[in-house]
Amino acid sequence: MQAEDRIRINLTVNGSSVSQQVEARRTLADFLRYDLGLTGTHTGCEQGACGACTVLLDGVAVRSCLIFASQLDGAAVETVEGLANESLHPLQEAFHRHHALQCGYCTPGFLMAAKELLTVNPDPSETEIRQALSGQICRCTGYENIVQAVREAADTLHGAKGRDA
Amino acid sequence: MKPASFRYVAASDVADAVALLTEHGDTAKLLAGGQSLVPMMNLRLSRPGVLIDLNRMPQRNTIAVEDGLLRVGLLVRQKEAEHSPIVLAQIPLLAEAIAEIGHAQIRSRGTLVGSCCHADPAAETPAVLLALDGSVRVQGPQGAREIAASDFFLGYFQTALAPDEVATDLLFPIPAQGTGSAFLEFARRHGDFALVAVAALVHLDAEGAVQGAALSLAGVGPSPLRATGAEQFLIGRRAEPAVLLEAARIAAQGIEPTDDVQASAAYRTQLAQTLVERALLIAASRAAREVA
Ligand SMILES: Cc1cc2nc3c(=O)[nH]c(=O)nc-3n(C[C@H](O)[C@H](O)[C@H](O)COP(=O)(O)OP(=O)(O)OC[C@H]3O[C@@H](n4cnc5c(N)ncnc54)[C@H](O)[C@@H]3O)c2cc1C
Ligand code: FES
Ligand code: FES
Repeated sequence: MQAEDRIRINLTVNGSSVSQQVEARRTLADFLRYDLGLTGTHTGCEQGACGACTVLLDGVAVRSCLIFASQLDGAAVETVEGLANESLHPLQEAFHRHHALQCGYCTPGFLMAAKELLTVNPDPSETEIRQALSGQICRCTGYENIVQAVREAADTLHGAKGRDA
Repeated sequence: MKPASFRYVAASDVADAVALLTEHGDTAKLLAGGQSLVPMMNLRLSRPGVLIDLNRMPQRNTIAVEDGLLRVGLLVRQKEAEHSPIVLAQIPLLAEAIAEIGHAQIRSRGTLVGSCCHADPAAETPAVLLALDGSVRVQGPQGAREIAASDFFLGYFQTALAPDEVATDLLFPIPAQGTGSAFLEFARRHGDFALVAVAALVHLDAEGAVQGAALSLAGVGPSPLRATGAEQFLIGRRAEPAVLLEAARIAAQGIEPTDDVQASAAYRTQLAQTLVERALLIAASRAAREVA
């Protein structure tokens, strides 16, 4: 194959097919924000440290600032915009109820990281929640309410009894 | 910040990646998980003209046991190895070390091979490879070769890889029965690079005497180091607390960390001693359980 500075990619974003020509250097975060107008995915550090840009790539939570859109032909991407349908996603409901956001800058990243957690581990302990979210930085909430919200969402989603949340 | 412009090409297999490296020379960079390279590109510390993506290669995500070696292919993500039943059964030390790397959302992309090629002096995977006397299998225009870990890590972000070579596998010798191991590190925040990290293996005989020991330290110099003096001291001695403490003292005397913004040399030396002592205690008690 030839090295190209513009690449054609076909992928799905929140279930919809997207076919676009992208500049090779376009990060997934900027592709979502600037090319698709999906500004729910935020960027903070653009070096992998803050977690604001976390999205699901083929179901796995990743930093969208550290992946190039040009790599993603055939991929399935899920962003915070894909969480709610008619009503909010149970995670969003729980964040709302528990006051798990203040400025909201970090929230999309937390929601997507938490979504992956509850998919692979439907009944996480508080420690497991904290470990799964350790890569997400929040300057406002002090994290307690976020952990409680994720625990409650686990109960709502899977009908499990609350453990140590 | 945003990366500088580059041209992108996906390598179809290792031979293709080698050919592309040869074709594009110095301007090219290989892209594995991107968890070290892309931050550097976003900061414009790295400005490759051509990015050769390894992620599209088929059949390069194998974790397998072959001839007493655990082989980890170039697209094995840190998260896959961390939870792999083969790794957990054969080399729990590796899984324990990987759990300390960054965060889950980093480990989902980052590769073990990429971490060794990046050669951060505080990285966990190189320290484990060195402690186990492992090696890196690489492929270049002249064919394949294996480089022992002790020859592979040359200094800060420097390895013995030639510019036209691709690392294809890590080879970790599987410890003998009766070996206990432990990986410990200290970082200011969970997920940060370690100030000091220690990989320890202790092999006990039926009488409880140390038959073999391996100790490697990361974060205390330009590349991971083996504490050979401490290893020698342990051989033939009983794995008692006083002996392990003395081994830790010897290990700490053998390092020459430098002062930096994160910690003073004296602090790192003290930390190294404490972590070696604790790691040896854990490894020895695990070994005793194996022998019993
Ligand atoms: C927030 C954050 C925290 C982190 N914390 C830690 C930590 O605590 N400990 C730790 O060890 N790491 C940490 N990392 C780094 C992470 O482990 C990287 O994944 C790893 O260092 C590089 O692996 P990669 O697959 O991402 O490689 P890439 O970033 O894709 O590549 C790294 C380098 O290796 C070269 N390379 C990659 N693969 C090959 C190959 N097969 N052959 C030849 N050259 C190759 C590339 O050209 C590049 O120069 C952290 C990263 C981030 C963003
Ligand atoms: S913007 Fe991606 S991790 Fe901070
Ligand atoms: S709510 Fe403000 S950073 Fe988390």
